[in-house]
Amino acid sequence: MIFEVVNMSFALPEMFMLTMACVILLVVAFLGKNGASTAYGLSQLTLAITAILIYQGMEASGGLTFDGTYIKDAFSDVLKLTICLINIAVLLYSTSYLKARALFKGEYYVLAVFATLGMMVMVSAYHFLTLYLGLELMSLCMYAMVAMHRDSSVATEAAMKYFILGAIASGMLLYGMSIIYGVIGSLSIATIAEVIQTGGVDNTVLSFGLVFLIIGIGFKLGAVPFHMWLPDVYHGAPTAVTLFIATAPKIAAFAMAIRLLVDGLGDVHQHWQGMLIMLSVLSMIIGNVVAIAQTNLKRMLAYSTISHVGFILLGILSGSQEGYAAAMFYALVYSLMSLGGFGMIILLSRQGFEADTIDDYKGLSERNPWYALMMLILMFSMAGIPPLVGFYAKLTVIKAVVDINLISVAIVAVLMSVIGAFYYLRIIKVMYFDQPVEQHKLEAPADMRVMISANALAVFALGVFPGSLMAICVAVFA
Amino acid sequence: MFTDLPLLSLLIWLPVFGGIAVLINGDKNSLARPLSLIIAVLTLLLSLGLYTGFDNASYQMQFAEQASWIATYNINYSLGVDGFSMPLIILTAFSTLIVVVAGWEVIQHRVSQYMAAFLIMEGLMIAVFSSLDAILFYVFFEAMLIPLFLVIGIWGGPNRVYATIKFFLYTLFGSVFLLLALLYLHHVAGSFSILDFHKVSLTMQEQIYLFLAFLIAFAVKVPMWPVHTWLPDAHVEAPTGGSVILAAITLKIGGYGLIRFALPITPDASMALDWLVIGLSLTAVVYIGFVALAQSDLKKLIAYSSIAHMGFVTLGLFIVFRIFANSATGSGAVLAIEGAMIQMISHGFIAAAMFLSVGVLYDRMHTREISAYGGVINTMPIFGGFAVFFAMANAGLPGTSGFVGEFMVILAAFQANFWYAFFAATTLILGAAYTLWMVKRVMFGEVANDNVAQLTDINRREFLMLASLAVIVLVIGLWPAPITEVMHASVEHLLTQISQSKI
Repeated sequence: MIFEVVNMSFALPEMFMLTMACVILLVVAFLGKNGASTAYGLSQLTLAITAILIYQGMEASGGLTFDGTYIKDAFSDVLKLTICLINIAVLLYSTSYLKARALFKGEYYVLAVFATLGMMVMVSAYHFLTLYLGLELMSLCMYAMVAMHRDSSVATEAAMKYFILGAIASGMLLYGMSIIYGVIGSLSIATIAEVIQTGGVDNTVLSFGLVFLIIGIGFKLGAVPFHMWLPDVYHGAPTAVTLFIATAPKIAAFAMAIRLLVDGLGDVHQHWQGMLIMLSVLSMIIGNVVAIAQTNLKRMLAYSTISHVGFILLGILSGSQEGYAAAMFYALVYSLMSLGGFGMIILLSRQGFEADTIDDYKGLSERNPWYALMMLILMFSMAGIPPLVGFYAKLTVIKAVVDINLISVAIVAVLMSVIGAFYYLRIIKVMYFDQPVEQHKLEAPADMRVMISANALAVFALGVFPGSLMAICVAVFA
Repeated sequence: MFTDLPLLSLLIWLPVFGGIAVLINGDKNSLARPLSLIIAVLTLLLSLGLYTGFDNASYQMQFAEQASWIATYNINYSLGVDGFSMPLIILTAFSTLIVVVAGWEVIQHRVSQYMAAFLIMEGLMIAVFSSLDAILFYVFFEAMLIPLFLVIGIWGGPNRVYATIKFFLYTLFGSVFLLLALLYLHHVAGSFSILDFHKVSLTMQEQIYLFLAFLIAFAVKVPMWPVHTWLPDAHVEAPTGGSVILAAITLKIGGYGLIRFALPITPDASMALDWLVIGLSLTAVVYIGFVALAQSDLKKLIAYSSIAHMGFVTLGLFIVFRIFANSATGSGAVLAIEGAMIQMISHGFIAAAMFLSVGVLYDRMHTREISAYGGVINTMPIFGGFAVFFAMANAGLPGTSGFVGEFMVILAAFQANFWYAFFAATTLILGAAYTLWMVKRVMFGEVANDNVAQLTDINRREFLMLASLAVIVLVIGLWPAPITEVMHASVEHLLTQISQSKI
């Protein structure tokens, strides 16, 4: 008998994080209501050390481990590192929000760390079951986080919707996986890719399974027509939780899409391309058009997320290495911009005031020119105006589509980005051209002020020098 | 002396970083104005270095700079100027200086942000004219919208929000098609260098689509009829400085884009569709001329007259195909293109001067309605002299720069088709009609009301500003050779490019 030596080092960051998550859970249980600050500190420490572990392991060679169910490659390293860094920022932003609303409890941090672990497992999964495990670990934590504000009926409703629709999506995904298992006879992504490459697979049944996989992915990403939960959840959840849901989980969902569609089913690319074109075009259209009608900033950003997802799908559907790299670049950039956007809402909110309607931003440039400038950078970046990084994200995905001669899809994409520009401009309009109504002094702790500045300036700096991040994304798929 | 300096980079980044410095300095002290003035003057002086160091005999890109920017996609920071872009860069530097001077006393609200916006815009516009990489060009082309959007929206008139959002979305709509065209060309050419795009061969169908994309992008900027409707709104609502930059520079980017992209990259499509551009240009000249006649708002009138004048630019650029068809030598073609270029530069000065004149009146009376004025020359004789002079130049009086460009284009149009020349020449009547009628109503006659009676004449700052423009308008009108000389080689090169089929 041959025993495979399991290479534990490939999953070292995850193991560390799991241990720490359990420690935090115990600490919170032990300290009770007073444990929040300790839990916050420990969570940040955990995320930071995990990030360092990932970073240090990046040079080392990767490969499959745990009997081929888990992978460490450049793709997983970069995404996991980003997820950790983004979540450090998310927790930093959330703290003052939670404190002001009596939500500052240890449970939030426990759930956040477990959810992060789930995302990391998703990114590194190379087996349908591992993937599903990660997905559920992440999703269940997030359902609970949305429901954390127990007294708020909106939040409870949002959590209910999120849970039910999320469960349906998971069900769809499992169903799709089971069909594919029926065709291939394996759940391992490596084996699936191998079997499809050798041929002799019943493509009809395979496509049938593919449809369900794509529905599951569409749900998790929030692509039209599986986007219904997204605006309600973004709107209903406490802003700190919205911030959490809107950033790193999108990277994880993107990783799931790449693992399933590209790593697993890359050779039947022609079967899923058409479906993704539909999802992508609809997402861009519905997301951008409906966002115009929103008066609530969180809802508006929710629809804007839907349209961004449409753009990310553009990169994936192109089916080229360059397209995948472009989609990855877009996903990373999106999470950075989204982090700033929701971070700004948190920054401007205070006890009893959510700062989430567009009118709350009236005259912001008179009240605080610096915050207004940061928001301006974020909004122009989301609109895809150079020299901000959002432009290069759009540029690379559209380039990928043009290169495979799908000019009509590219035309839809650019037209929709013009329509999208309108509602981002509206935010800038109320900030810069309107007179302030709200006179309340803007106060924020120093760490948040630094964070929001760093966040927006990063969007600007990456816009001036996007080369290095692009190079990383391209290298991952090379 | 200048050859070692990265002159173009300096010209781009000095105003940009200067603007940021002004912005950071803020309004707490009174440094914003002098600091901006120093930066604007320095930039203008540096830009003159381009003229003195320019090799007239060469059509090659000069003052070239090259550095890798986004290595993964082979996008480079490559700069260079030829006879088309160099004069426009100097025009940009000069106009910005004028804008800084014009806003000196008028702008009292958020001064540093106002000055910074214009300085940053100056750097971006110079960068548009000197970029030789398609993506670099596009980045600056779009980035320029941000400061202008804010300038109109913050310091503009009562209906500024509508005007500025319309302006932004209109131009963005046009430019996304440019982006698609550039990406497609990269797909074909394998590089983002504009000079490589010039060499790539394309089928007729590809050229037609690319040409239409270019046309949408640049026609919105020029603006050509019927996509001109953003311009009157933007001009009317913009502060004086914004109007000056819009008229003097941003419109020129449209014309420049046609010269740099549409003509050399898609010559066959340009030839096949020249009737479209010629038709639209003549419509602009004739129809917009009549529209201008009907305006009761001073700025709107000048805005419409700008559209009509820019019609000459696009006309001049696209009649060359007909001239080639009619005569083998095509000697008129040089005249047409040079006429279009002179028209762009001359319009930059005259329109700037006209908007400044309106600004002078508006600062005193706070109205732009023609009917609110009358007999201004009685109370403001010096200003009246300038205003009448610029109006004459706008109408194309021989001896002013306004005449040279129009005359060259009309002359060339005769070689293309009599009727083109005929319709183009109506501008001499229409332009004179709307301009002189306006002058009559505003300047001459009895003093119309008490407000006009209380007007004070221009101060030294305003005098300096208008006088410098008047001198330039006169010099170009009498002696255009210094401008035509620098662009001659580039024009010849462009004509060889467009006379070779790329199919």
